[in-house]
Amino acid sequence: MKTNENSRREFLATTLFAGAALAGCGGNPFTPDEVADVKPSGEMVKLLSVDGEIIEVDKAFLKPVPEMPSVPNSEARVGIPGKKFAMVIDLSRCKSVKKCQSACNHMHHIHPGQNWIKVYPMQESEKTAPYWQPTTCMHCDEPPCVKVCPVDATFKRKDGIVLIDSDRCVGCRFCMAACPYSSRVFNWEEPQIAKEIADKPYSCETSIPQKKGTVGKCDFCPDMVRQGGLPHCVSACPNGVFFFGDILEDSVTNGAETFRFSDLIKDKSGYRLMEDLGTKPSVYYLPPVNRNFPFENNEGEKK
Amino acid sequence: MENLAENKIVLDLLPQKFGKQGQIWVVCLLAICAVGFYAYCRQLYYGLEVTALRDYASWGIYISNFVFFVAISLVGSLITAVLRLTDVHWSTPLTRIAEIIAVSAISFAGLIIIVDMGRPDRFYNLFTHGRLQSPIIWDVIVITTYLFISLLLLYFPLLPDLKIMIAFKDKNGKWLQKLYEFLGSFWKNKPEQFKITDKAINILSITIIPVAFAIHTVTSWLFATTYRPGWDSTNFGAYFISGAFLVGAGGVLIAMYVFRTHYKLEKYITDDHFDKMGKVVVLLALVYLYFNINEFLVPAFKMKKSEEEHLMGLFTGEFSPIFWFAISASMLIPILILVFKKGRKPKWSFFAGILVVVGSWFKRFLIVTPTLLHPFLPMHDVPKNYTTYIPTWEEWAIAGGSLAGALLVITFFARIFPIIPIHETIIETESHEKA
Repeated sequence: MKTNENSRREFLATTLFAGAALAGCGGNPFTPDEVADVKPSGEMVKLLSVDGEIIEVDKAFLKPVPEMPSVPNSEARVGIPGKKFAMVIDLSRCKSVKKCQSACNHMHHIHPGQNWIKVYPMQESEKTAPYWQPTTCMHCDEPPCVKVCPVDATFKRKDGIVLIDSDRCVGCRFCMAACPYSSRVFNWEEPQIAKEIADKPYSCETSIPQKKGTVGKCDFCPDMVRQGGLPHCVSACPNGVFFFGDILEDSVTNGAETFRFSDLIKDKSGYRLMEDLGTKPSVYYLPPVNRNFPFENNEGEKK
Repeated sequence: MENLAENKIVLDLLPQKFGKQGQIWVVCLLAICAVGFYAYCRQLYYGLEVTALRDYASWGIYISNFVFFVAISLVGSLITAVLRLTDVHWSTPLTRIAEIIAVSAISFAGLIIIVDMGRPDRFYNLFTHGRLQSPIIWDVIVITTYLFISLLLLYFPLLPDLKIMIAFKDKNGKWLQKLYEFLGSFWKNKPEQFKITDKAINILSITIIPVAFAIHTVTSWLFATTYRPGWDSTNFGAYFISGAFLVGAGGVLIAMYVFRTHYKLEKYITDDHFDKMGKVVVLLALVYLYFNINEFLVPAFKMKKSEEEHLMGLFTGEFSPIFWFAISASMLIPILILVFKKGRKPKWSFFAGILVVVGSWFKRFLIVTPTLLHPFLPMHDVPKNYTTYIPTWEEWAIAGGSLAGALLVITFFARIFPIIPIHETIIETESHEKA
């Protein structure tokens, strides 16, 4: 069953890649000058064209499209139909390796020094146990940031994800003041990103490229999710701290393990941050009990 | 005899050319504005990077300056509307001073909020994509409304004065004469015209009161609609309004003194005016003190964990010098000065007015920044300079430039128009003499 699912997904992905290539080049998957460099291998592959016809292309001419064409921003505002995304963060597994953070920073080209994911050393009071608490955007169901935005630049989608349209944001930073989780960051200067990325049209789903004078934050990687993948933090974590999934399907996965969401929350007493504020986050935490690692805070030494 | 008195009033109150002091004053203000403008050009080019604002302290002295401007502009409604509707006549010579402070301050409030925007080039989005649910849009609506009502309240009482000034053709010079004629040549001092403007001024005086309350209440809601310690308060609207009336009244005390000494208006802005304004300031300071006690004592009594860090930062921590300075300068010391009859003499009142205004400016800083530096989750995973906020020279230059700009507008207004209403003063003296 699982292998079937995988192969179907792969087939679809390949088809989409090819389809995108075909669509991008007006029915020709390669540009003429590139043809000169590539020698036909003689091995042919069958592909599904955008018109639904099966076509054959020499394998040597196939090249992965660097990125999926993102959905138009009008569609990105609506969300993926029939889904309601949630994340579960298992605090008993976190030892602040921060691979989540570096993967996120890398994939979203976040300004050096700034982070969308923060890993807090928490200790509620003197006698209570310290633990690591990674935070993403909480993708609240009652998002205080969306409530205060004067121009609808940050918005809540039907699938529960809260995104930012950096082409519309006026940079008033009211959302940053409103967010109790401090999950929003601001592009105080021109983002330091490669020109070819900076020149791309902005996509709400990839949150790329970040723009000077606008707000950024964790986006739950809807571009990855749309392709059937997982957010970058989830796949980057070596300890499987992050679980991502669809509440309507009642399943969350960290890539290696898959759980029934409701069972996981019930069995491990999942909770959400600052429940008393009424923001209704989409991120759930499992308490740091039966930990995999002892708490060791070497952050002071590193600096 | 009566005519002689009238002529004297007119000649006393006509706008005067800048003297040497006036010229130095204008040049200084222009220089400060120019530095501010240069700093703003740098900010436009490099982005808000040139400020000390970062992800935690994401609002700083631009926003506190904005709150200050909105606050001080409320005095227009206090002097022209509240006192007018309650039939208080002694304030007549002060109405125009109050109203020009209001117009100038509210205009610069609008400008400084654009300065604070990360993308001022997208300002039009507020209109093309405006969301009525956002308190920022409420603020845009009420501030624009307030500006227009204030402009009308400035303009209507000016009409009879314009007629008087148009008569002094040789004195005015070509450019000013044209301006006066453009603004008021239709005014013929007809009884019907007076009837219409009196009615209009009455209607505007009534409408401006709820609008004035709205501008500062909505401004307080920019903070109070969030969850943060120090902002999450149901007291905030009243706290802001009372503070606004206080700083505005303090501003009027300063302006009264400056105009009186500079234009030799001792006969029109009398010691009695300072005495009465001084009493008003004492009352307003007591009201503001009352709301401050509510604002700080009640949460301090409970010391909720999230509030504790913020409150202790103000009472004994890093912000305590500014906090106690602001409390004593804007309230305690002015009350102590102005509560005594001797303290309500012009010089002391002027001093008290300066204390009120300066203290209030820093009070606004304390409302904005310390809260942002005490978030719910501890400040973490950010560069070291993100955890403090010390404004850069660009921010000071821009904030200073906006303050200088507001003063410049008031100064030029007083150069072009009579800062004390001529016509109304004549009417008042006549009725006084008859009585």
